[in-house]
Amino acid sequence: MNIWIEQQRALIDFTLAALARRKARNLGLLAVYTLLVFVLASVALFSHALRHEATRVLADAPEIVLQRLVAGRHDLIPPGYLEKIGHIRGVQHVEGRLWGYYYDPVIKANYTFMAPGAGGIERGTIVIGAALERVRGLALDTGISFRAYSGKLYSFVVADILPHDSELVSADLVLMHEDDFRAFFAFPAGHYTDIALAVANPQEVRNIAAKLADALPDSRPILREEMLRTYASIFAWREGIVLAILSGAILAFGILAWDKAAGLSAEEKREIGILKAIGWETGDVIRMKLWEGVLISLTAFLGGYLAAYLHVFYADSMLFEPVLKGWAVLYPRFQLAPEIDGLAVATLFFFTVVPYTAAVLVPIWRAATTDPDAVMRS
Amino acid sequence: MLMIELIDVRKAFNQGKHNEFWALDGINLGIEAHRVTALCGPSGSGKTTLLTLIGCLARPTSGRARFKGEDISGLPERFLTQLRRRSFGFVFQQFNLIRGLSAEENVMLPAAPSGLPQQVVRARAAMLLDRLRLAHRRTARVEWLSGGEQQRVAIARALINDPEVLIADEPTANLDTTLAREFLAILESFAGEGRTVILSSHDPLVIQSAAVHRVIDMRDGRIVAA
Amino acid sequence: MRRLVLPCLALAVVGFAMSCVDAALLRERHAGRIEANHVLAKRLGLTDIALFTEARYTRHPSQADLHAPFQDHPLALEHFPTGSLIAPPRHIARHEYLDRTTARAN
Repeated sequence: MNIWIEQQRALIDFTLAALARRKARNLGLLAVYTLLVFVLASVALFSHALRHEATRVLADAPEIVLQRLVAGRHDLIPPGYLEKIGHIRGVQHVEGRLWGYYYDPVIKANYTFMAPGAGGIERGTIVIGAALERVRGLALDTGISFRAYSGKLYSFVVADILPHDSELVSADLVLMHEDDFRAFFAFPAGHYTDIALAVANPQEVRNIAAKLADALPDSRPILREEMLRTYASIFAWREGIVLAILSGAILAFGILAWDKAAGLSAEEKREIGILKAIGWETGDVIRMKLWEGVLISLTAFLGGYLAAYLHVFYADSMLFEPVLKGWAVLYPRFQLAPEIDGLAVATLFFFTVVPYTAAVLVPIWRAATTDPDAVMRS
Repeated sequence: MLMIELIDVRKAFNQGKHNEFWALDGINLGIEAHRVTALCGPSGSGKTTLLTLIGCLARPTSGRARFKGEDISGLPERFLTQLRRRSFGFVFQQFNLIRGLSAEENVMLPAAPSGLPQQVVRARAAMLLDRLRLAHRRTARVEWLSGGEQQRVAIARALINDPEVLIADEPTANLDTTLAREFLAILESFAGEGRTVILSSHDPLVIQSAAVHRVIDMRDGRIVAA
Repeated sequence: MRRLVLPCLALAVVGFAMSCVDAALLRERHAGRIEANHVLAKRLGLTDIALFTEARYTRHPSQADLHAPFQDHPLALEHFPTGSLIAPPRHIARHEYLDRTTARAN
């Protein structure tokens, strides 16, 4: 066993000495490779953790949300709908919801205004999300005015600020009393934005949705499982930007491997001949090259993965922020819990190490098996 | 004691093809131990090919080769390589050092597959380089060394596994007279400490040197008047 | 300097192992926060996370109507950058009531 270890150490020593001959080139190669792994691993870690958090936090969204569509677009729920629904068996609780969007011209941000069904907010006051506090410089008991479409200015006092570590779900929320909401948006009386339903038996949800569609044909029920599925597939590897990054990475990996596998220079062939002439067996030469492939790709994997781990879970994925923010003015500050997809990491490891190492080995196979006396005669 | 025996050895290249060429055509030879033997002859006479056969770098096309009484012409590849590594040291005409590596690293290379601890091998290499007066160039890259220094590195490399037989192919071809004489003195000391030395040369300095115990003339793949 | 390569690699392997341990520890610490957010979301009846506040169909992707993401044409370029980051939810492509009544009629 010890002999084997010493043998490998000697082979590794030679490999490193050989790589060090073209230090700049090989370090550059390693840097590119590591960067590639870093990007892929960051995307994978971020996506998986975000998906997990979203589906966990939204696990108790309303079982059914009923929207009304007119000519393909959202329209308000008119009076009478709530009563019609109440007669359907299996519906535990029906609630008309009031929420909408407000564009703030002062900072050009979009807010979500909401009048929570449970109430608890006094007239003239609002409860705001932490991003608003940050971006509009608000604090408890400070005032703020919003201009409605009617042109009139409405003033509110900040009664409370939602917790900072809930920004991922609450960053842009402005919660207010129902009467304030209706007055501000000139919301017609008796109308609602949509309806949230609670259903006692989860197995019954589909049936109830079907009954709802029958009873109210211009409505569209959205099931909780559909909402969660939206987030179960956000940034999945087949979707949009992740697919683009993945394709780019695969192409880059392919180019790296192809360059390696493209063949040996005359100098490299000569050196292998020398090694064989001075007493290295074919197996020794192959093992030495194997170490070259493994050392570089393993270093790239570990370096890229660790950097990605720190980037996503300690640095809040700050390199992704400009991409995810788009044109938005408000961007939530959030930390993700490290939910790691072992399969994704293992796959990344496999595709980082195996193809590159194979590509390093392929061209030397033939050279390693040539007769050593060729060197004598050259 | 006969170190190496060759019995009716023939070696062909490109056998069966239109450019078939017989480099050795019936060699019968016995090499004595602890002696310096020189193969002498014009280029194309088969000296280098004979050296490769003696040193287990290649197998004869027909005939038999024996090392210390044991038949080696039928050995499988792995065992032949191990035997070569343990018992033979080569100094090539072109030196064939690995560029970009230091003298020390080049000297240590043949010992890599042996599994000896690195410190042991390194110490041995340092001792060899010291003996050949290259201690001050131990960590220098080989491409920065002079011709004579490179040859001494090549000799040190050949000795790292403490072989019984040292084989040198045209060793003085790239050396001036002073260095050539120095080299022959080194060879003499090797023979003195119990090694067998076989070299090929057409340099009169070598052939007529007192260090060489026996000269074998070759021509057209055959031995001429032993 | 070359002597440092193998020890550094060993260190990196240890670092990898440590990251797994660290992940477990961090998860513990975040568990409370996630649960609190879960309770908040349930209380307010929230259906979406506030990651993309640009446009209404990116702010509430699960509530998007058919028209907003496909404003001009399904293959048209996105108006908003974040709209090209996430795919529209699959359920907006169906209309269950119409699908069923059509199936019944046939």
